[in-house]
Amino acid sequence: MTERSWDFAPIEVHGLTKHFPAGNGLLGRSSRVHAVDEVDFALRPGRITALVGESGSGKSTVARLLARLYDPTAGTILFEGHDTSRDRRRRDVLRYRSQVQMIFQDPFGSLNPVKTIRHHLERPLRIHGIVPRDRIEERVYQLLTTVGLVPPEHVAAKYPYELSGGQRQRVAIARALAVEPKVILADEPTSMLDVSIRIGILNLVRELKDEHDIAFLYVTHDLASARYVADEILVMYAGQIVEQGPVEDVLADPLHPYTRLLLSAVPDPGTGVEAKRIEVRKGMASAAVDPAEGCRFVGRCPLAVAVCSEVTPPLVEARPAQAARCHVTAPAGAVPPVVTT
Amino acid sequence: MTVVATGESRPGTEPQGDVLVQVEQLAVEYVGRDRVVRAVDGVDLDIHRGEIVGLAGESGCGKSTVANALMQILRPPAQIAGGRILFAGEDLTKRNTEQLRRFRWQHVSMVFQSAMNALNPVMRVGDQFVDAMQAHERISKREALGRAGDLLELVGIDRRRLRAYPHELSGGMRQRVIIGIALSLRPELVIMDEPTTALDVVVQREILQQVQDLQRELGFAVLFITHDLSLLLEVAHRIAIMYAGEIVETAPSETLHARPQHPYTKGLMSSFPPLTGRLERMTGIPGAPPDLSAPPSGCRFHPRCPHCRPEDERLYLRQTTERPLLKPVAPAHLVACHLVEQGGTP
Repeated sequence: MTERSWDFAPIEVHGLTKHFPAGNGLLGRSSRVHAVDEVDFALRPGRITALVGESGSGKSTVARLLARLYDPTAGTILFEGHDTSRDRRRRDVLRYRSQVQMIFQDPFGSLNPVKTIRHHLERPLRIHGIVPRDRIEERVYQLLTTVGLVPPEHVAAKYPYELSGGQRQRVAIARALAVEPKVILADEPTSMLDVSIRIGILNLVRELKDEHDIAFLYVTHDLASARYVADEILVMYAGQIVEQGPVEDVLADPLHPYTRLLLSAVPDPGTGVEAKRIEVRKGMASAAVDPAEGCRFVGRCPLAVAVCSEVTPPLVEARPAQAARCHVTAPAGAVPPVVTT
Repeated sequence: MTVVATGESRPGTEPQGDVLVQVEQLAVEYVGRDRVVRAVDGVDLDIHRGEIVGLAGESGCGKSTVANALMQILRPPAQIAGGRILFAGEDLTKRNTEQLRRFRWQHVSMVFQSAMNALNPVMRVGDQFVDAMQAHERISKREALGRAGDLLELVGIDRRRLRAYPHELSGGMRQRVIIGIALSLRPELVIMDEPTTALDVVVQREILQQVQDLQRELGFAVLFITHDLSLLLEVAHRIAIMYAGEIVETAPSETLHARPQHPYTKGLMSSFPPLTGRLERMTGIPGAPPDLSAPPSGCRFHPRCPHCRPEDERLYLRQTTERPLLKPVAPAHLVACHLVEQGGTP
């Protein structure tokens, strides 16, 4: 591996915010869903950052904002120091997309059914002019081999319907790799695959980040797979990051009550339902719709105190590299607030 | 068998009643124009009264087809090609349509994965309870609504929600409504086909806890179908593992967790990364499940099996040509594997 600065972040996100209009409130006043609210983080080369949360937490919206499929309501997305969130010119967008690739959840919907695998991999190579024309075929075979689809000559001639779900997801990964990106955004890449082949895809992701020095954002609802592949973890709840830190530290000893709830809900064959019954408080299912001042988890939180419904807790680094938004477990003032670099 | 003391009542330690359902050598085929797919091939499965039986396997392994056959809701091109399904000693495959209509819901009810779509969007929740009850019982609407309210409370929803429309409820609440409706005629067996797959993990846990409470309180049996083995190990008393249309291993949950025997079961177990403890590189299972219109010869798992090597000639011959049968390796623990049968350890 070549010498490089590990502190250099290809993508930095500051105050990223996305609001969606949601139906009509009373008296014709429309309400807004704060799908993503004031999110800060950075992705680093050769590191996998897991973004976890339940459906509706805003995690997929973050990935889509980074892929420039949506325009943010506010905030900046710095790519190699340049704010790309307002770029409109095709040339700029194309350049950005050649560096930041996305892998989607559904490997059945993301490939064109009437085109061969060869076509899917040649296209990005041609559009972005990655290799000279006479070397395209060689590169296609190389990519297929990298993602474990061998013999490549054989696989390249196939159509998507001839491949299994796991093989299709490998094609999607090869296609993302074709442009030699610096960043890959993977949105639940294994959730639609059979359990026995999920690990294979996760192993592939781990190998790629090591060998290609790619910065990965791995979006998932599955904490166990996040632990398996990721270095850092961001936990989202109702549009906000409520906890972040090194994945082992966060999952071994979470600060935020929501992270604790999520962890206790994961099936664990070693214990059994009885041994780890959870007490769930009925909360506002719509904590992200026109949120009031205060902690968005307050309605479901077993630790809530008076201040929680009055003041929105800031993200506080209560332990080295581990931060949470909680007045009780990560009180502000005791330690300086997080400075994102 | 040693029981690990982790809670007051662990699955597998509770006494089971007599046999409620006996599936014997069930075969189900999907008949196409030019090919026949045998989705279920020679499945034996017993469910005792008051028992939670888990049926686990990957997509396309035939687990949902077994459920549909049990409920007798197979539609062409699917048809039962062989075997018997005995319910309280009576063969369901011999019953006529009207007998089956009465039988369904009254004795066996079913909860599907997509509960969100199983409810009628333009009907109030209460009326959907009433519909189910009036189709099977002479009962006044008033009385039915009363019972519906009790059932809603049983599944943890305020009875005033009887007047709600499905879109006013969250996914988890709708799934609980469906469970309530499934219990409305006090069936002896409830089939749950991926009942929590579409739900978030916290909601999933709430519903699992509720199902266990209800099961203990009301004593019905459950056939719980899912691809998520880690979840079954928690909730089921006994688990059957299906692969390519066959059951390859069946054992009490604790035994399966502590001493899985079949290489496929072991592969499944090593497909779930752990949340605690040491993190090692996992392998999963190489390859993909077979196409059932042309299943592999011999043991259907042999193309993916790490223990199937040509070097061991005699074993290899059996693995590739002879179908392994379910044989006991311990009380209540059956495995269909040539290697295990020979006394080898996968």
